[in-house]
Amino acid sequence: MSIISYMEAARQALAEEMRRDKLVWAVGEDLGRGGVFGQYRGLVEEFGPERISDAPISEAAILGASVGAAMMGTRPVVEMRFSDFALCAVDELVNQAAKARFMFGGQTRVPLVVREPIGMWRSSAAQHSQSLESWYAHIPGLVVACPSTPADNKGMLKAAIRCDDPVVYMEHKNLWPLEGEVPEGDHVVPFGVARTVRPGKDITIVSWSAQVHVCARAADVLAGQGIEAELIDLRTLWPWDQQAVLESAARTGRLLVAHEAVQVGGFGAEIAAFVAERLGIKVRRLGAPRAPIGYAPPVEDAVRISETMTVAAVRDMLGK
Amino acid sequence: MAPDPHRSNIDIAHLRDRHRLMWRIRALEQAALRGLDDKVVLGAIHPSIGQEAIAAGVVGALRRDDILLSTHRGHGHTLAKGASSEAMLRELLGRVGGNCGGKGGSMHIADFEVGMLGANGVVGANIVIAAGAAHAIKLKREDKIVCCIFGDGAINRGPFLEGLNWAAVFNLPVLFVCEDNGFAATTRTSSMTAGGGPAVRARAIGLQAEEVDGNDVLAVEDTAQAMIAAIRAGGGPRFLHAKTYRLTGHTGVDTAPYRPADEVAARKLEEPILRAAELLLGAGVPEADIAADRAEAEAEMEAAYAAAIAAPFPGPEEAFRDVQDVGSPALGAF
Ligand SMILES: Cc1ncc(C[n+]2csc(CCOP(=O)(O)OP(=O)(O)O)c2C)c(N)n1
Ligand SMILES: [Mg+2]
Repeated sequence: MSIISYMEAARQALAEEMRRDKLVWAVGEDLGRGGVFGQYRGLVEEFGPERISDAPISEAAILGASVGAAMMGTRPVVEMRFSDFALCAVDELVNQAAKARFMFGGQTRVPLVVREPIGMWRSSAAQHSQSLESWYAHIPGLVVACPSTPADNKGMLKAAIRCDDPVVYMEHKNLWPLEGEVPEGDHVVPFGVARTVRPGKDITIVSWSAQVHVCARAADVLAGQGIEAELIDLRTLWPWDQQAVLESAARTGRLLVAHEAVQVGGFGAEIAAFVAERLGIKVRRLGAPRAPIGYAPPVEDAVRISETMTVAAVRDMLGK
Repeated sequence: MAPDPHRSNIDIAHLRDRHRLMWRIRALEQAALRGLDDKVVLGAIHPSIGQEAIAAGVVGALRRDDILLSTHRGHGHTLAKGASSEAMLRELLGRVGGNCGGKGGSMHIADFEVGMLGANGVVGANIVIAAGAAHAIKLKREDKIVCCIFGDGAINRGPFLEGLNWAAVFNLPVLFVCEDNGFAATTRTSSMTAGGGPAVRARAIGLQAEEVDGNDVLAVEDTAQAMIAAIRAGGGPRFLHAKTYRLTGHTGVDTAPYRPADEVAARKLEEPILRAAELLLGAGVPEADIAADRAEAEAEMEAAYAAAIAAPFPGPEEAFRDVQDVGSPALGAF
């Protein structure tokens, strides 16, 4: 174990996978200078500019070319720098990468990882702040991963690179500096296995990405008030750990799903409906209002799901 | 390039006017950078220091009712189009009275009053929108034109091809300006761009295209004027490739360690304000007058900055205003 940041954990994972498998390569704008957030720092020195490749500002070509390169047996790690810009390559991801295997009757695989940093990051406004994970969870053929801790950002990126399906890998920009214990060496976190952040008997809270940390603080506050919330970090939206969520919700009898993304049509709706259909228990979603994200701090904060709102939602569900 | 102090036929009063505008742009950028230091400008800013001649020369050549679309590096263009410096600084600080009420910030400044249809956070996205704005002008038989400015990095995105082709096939009144500062973020654009460059690409799509020294404000303006006149006369879209140099990092916090200091130092000697000042001096304008242009611009931005700092933040209810008419969260519909 060593204490490293969320960003460094992913850098380590990529470097280890590139050492392990010569067919892994990364491509995106500014990678030769470490990438826009520094996630690729030092990698071009070790692996050279062919495997840590710069790219023109051509998102459609970056992703589209990676689909071709993946079908030809390489394993591209595609950097989109903000999930917002990946929208310039949605055809390549949704119509091409996600469909090729099925459409072509299983003759090919598209083993690529698309890194799409998400989330609010102080005053980045409407085109640099979105959390669009539910869009991709909706698309058959894609895997959607949203790591919340440094350890997971290592283990899940490794799993993503080894996965033969196209993986939409969504790191949260606010988590880059977050430090935590990360296992050394070959730490791989399998997809579809949730993590219980804290056990509890009164209510189940399901979340992912940076919102997990907000929920954890809310759970601390609730514990001080005598309410024991069980917090589950879903880690991957597709596949998602239905069994862990059902088991916990059946035990606590109540389910709250909290996410930073817009509540309408969010993935919380899927989880809540799934659990309600099977257990018939009380479920609730807590997501952002359906409004773009503003620049001025009070406007930005108005669509942020806070610890206080989470506490209030839980108390309300418990009739307190 | 050394400025030519013996250049003939220059209209001194006009050059002086451009010199003032370039100083206003630089002083605005400096105020924005100060805002970063003072931790009141919260989002990313992309300064246009060193590139002022393109804003002053091209945008300065537009009429107020002409339309402008800009980029993430758009402060200079917006100011040159006639936006208020105080409203812009308020926007950068996310305050009430900003051009977008503090909801957009640097990368989304727009001022429809002066025909400025917006900066853009997505590289190249403005090119097709500009084609559409020009399309509307044609449909409505108006006589104004559209000017669309984008960086050298944007020419590698699909909308460049699609937007230029659209403008050409519909013979639209639009001037495309590639503001070529040599870089796309940390990447030297030439390393990621094949072929003969922006103008060659534009010509291949059938647009008349010219290249100009983008640090020579009069050359920029003369070239733009001629193209704008042709566009107004119904000649269809034109393309201007203006070469300049980004004197700062990509953003206000980027120290640009990826380029040699002597390169920057050499390019500083060719920056547009210096060159305009040398021309003015050579034409007999007193040094004190030239210094006064700078002082005036700095005083304007100082006052605007003070006003912006004193302005309140918008309230949280602004988060729900102007989302949409039908089903708006402002109507409790979420
Ligand atoms: C579609 C898209 N891809 C990537 C980015 C990130 N980005 C912002 S500015 C920039 C560089 C743009 O270079 P250029 O077009 O030359 O404009 P300059 O910054 O030099 O003015 C990049 C890559 C973006 N905003 N939009
Ligand atoms: Mg550029």
